[in-house]
Amino acid sequence: MAAALAAQRLAKRYGRIQALHGIDLEVGEGELVGLLGPNGAGKSTLVKIACGLVRPTAGKAWIYGAPAGSAKARSALGYLAEFFRFPGWMTANELLVLHQQLAGSDGGAEERARLLELVALTDARDRPVEEMSKGMQQRLGIAQAFVGTPKMVLLDEPTSALDPVGRRTVRLLLEEVRARGVSVLLNSHLLSEVELVCDRVVILLGGKVVAEGATHELAHPRGVEIETEKGAQLFPGAKRDDAPRLVAELVAAGRQVYGVRVLSSTLEEVYLEAVHGETD
Amino acid sequence: MTTIILYAIGEAVRRKVFLVVIVLTAIFLGLDALANHYIFSDLATFHVPADAAVDKRTFAGSFVVGMSMFATLFLGVVLAVFLTLGAVSGDAERGLLQPLVVRPIGRRSMLLARFLAAAGVCAVYVFLVYIIAVTITGTEGSWWPHAIVLPGILLAAAVVLMTAMSLLGSVFLGGTANGIAIFMLFIAGLVAGLLGSIGHALGSHTISHAATIAAWVLPFEALYQDALKQITLGTHGFTEFLVRLGPFGGAYNSGWGVRAWAAAYLVIVGVTALTAFERRDL
Repeated sequence: MAAALAAQRLAKRYGRIQALHGIDLEVGEGELVGLLGPNGAGKSTLVKIACGLVRPTAGKAWIYGAPAGSAKARSALGYLAEFFRFPGWMTANELLVLHQQLAGSDGGAEERARLLELVALTDARDRPVEEMSKGMQQRLGIAQAFVGTPKMVLLDEPTSALDPVGRRTVRLLLEEVRARGVSVLLNSHLLSEVELVCDRVVILLGGKVVAEGATHELAHPRGVEIETEKGAQLFPGAKRDDAPRLVAELVAAGRQVYGVRVLSSTLEEVYLEAVHGETD
Repeated sequence: MTTIILYAIGEAVRRKVFLVVIVLTAIFLGLDALANHYIFSDLATFHVPADAAVDKRTFAGSFVVGMSMFATLFLGVVLAVFLTLGAVSGDAERGLLQPLVVRPIGRRSMLLARFLAAAGVCAVYVFLVYIIAVTITGTEGSWWPHAIVLPGILLAAAVVLMTAMSLLGSVFLGGTANGIAIFMLFIAGLVAGLLGSIGHALGSHTISHAATIAAWVLPFEALYQDALKQITLGTHGFTEFLVRLGPFGGAYNSGWGVRAWAAAYLVIVGVTALTAFERRDL
């Protein structure tokens, strides 16, 4: 079974700037992968190569075994660009009809209604895009990306213009599509969001992969915190496996144990360590 | 492809482009009718020397139809440029293009559809306006061109060529830069045509030759000249000489050679645009 997205030694140069330095990456079927990195790390370039908007200088990428950018690869994809605009004169419904026709979707009105409901735009069905707020347009963009039930969705900063409720809506949507086996590559600056929904994260820096893995794999143990009648006591360097022994020792010493917490670094700490605090 | 054609036409309709074009065209045709009325009303009072065998009606008719053909070409080119000047780079800069080209339709079909939509609209528009202008002159002044349909087709073909050039420009240039470039080429072609008329009147082989080269480099101009020539093909003698002096009747490039070259030029421009768009990063 071919990976949903596979990139091999992918490189891209824009004039003097080397945006990607031979990246290897794989997104499995039904996997939700978060792409992290500071501005200029090459995240958007990687996503654009995957959907055929940008031609790589070297290396190759495949979508479900088809070369990225080919008609077969495009037919398996849904895409939301970081910077996009829809024709202001089109209503939400008309826009989805257009994308259904272009994607060859036979979902009809039922699919459109379902997608608009998923992004909480049912009431804005007949509203022209130019009369929508930025957040509404962003949610419409997300709905557009899911037209035609794509097998893989590439989302470039999908929640950048959304308020907390909008972000939650998108998070629930991502969880739902993952449950349906859709693969997602999520490019986002919002670490909390990535941490909540992604199976795995890939961190890019200067066009290279500097860290990759499940969030719990990337996290470093920071000790075990045990709450007793004397307050919380931290055992630095202790790991999850050490917790039963520590509790037993405290109980043997006559202490009352109320709670145990295994501490590990957050995704934010992992990220900051990987990118050495760089912002762009 | 039909989806994109309808999308492009729908955009022009909803953006009120056609409404503006219809209103401006109505004003132009109204003025044309007024000009025809007064020209042919005053024709009887227009005296020519007894020894000059000039067919006043033919001279006036060909001049006013030639003038309306120039205006029609200009309006058609304006419409073509505004429908296409930002089709690639402009739409890509605004983020309108990316969501569409990642769909299975692909870039080639996308560009071809944009061309067919714009070229179709402009060709029909130019042909209709030309026919209306000819009809106005025919009914008002009882003068009809030697060929009626062919000049309209050639004029429409000239605008189709400009549409293709504008689309090609849009692959490389942003909207404003492309618009300026296409209008400058348009004006350059027309000036070359005028210079050709002057060159022939003065008997200057060098100017005529330069104008002919310009007409072949920008074959929309050659097609326009071909169209102009078709309306007075049956004119002879001193009337023909006067008509050829131009500026709206002077034409020296015509025939199947020009038309074949224009068709080849369209293919070259089209293939270049499709290849460049295919390779362009968005």
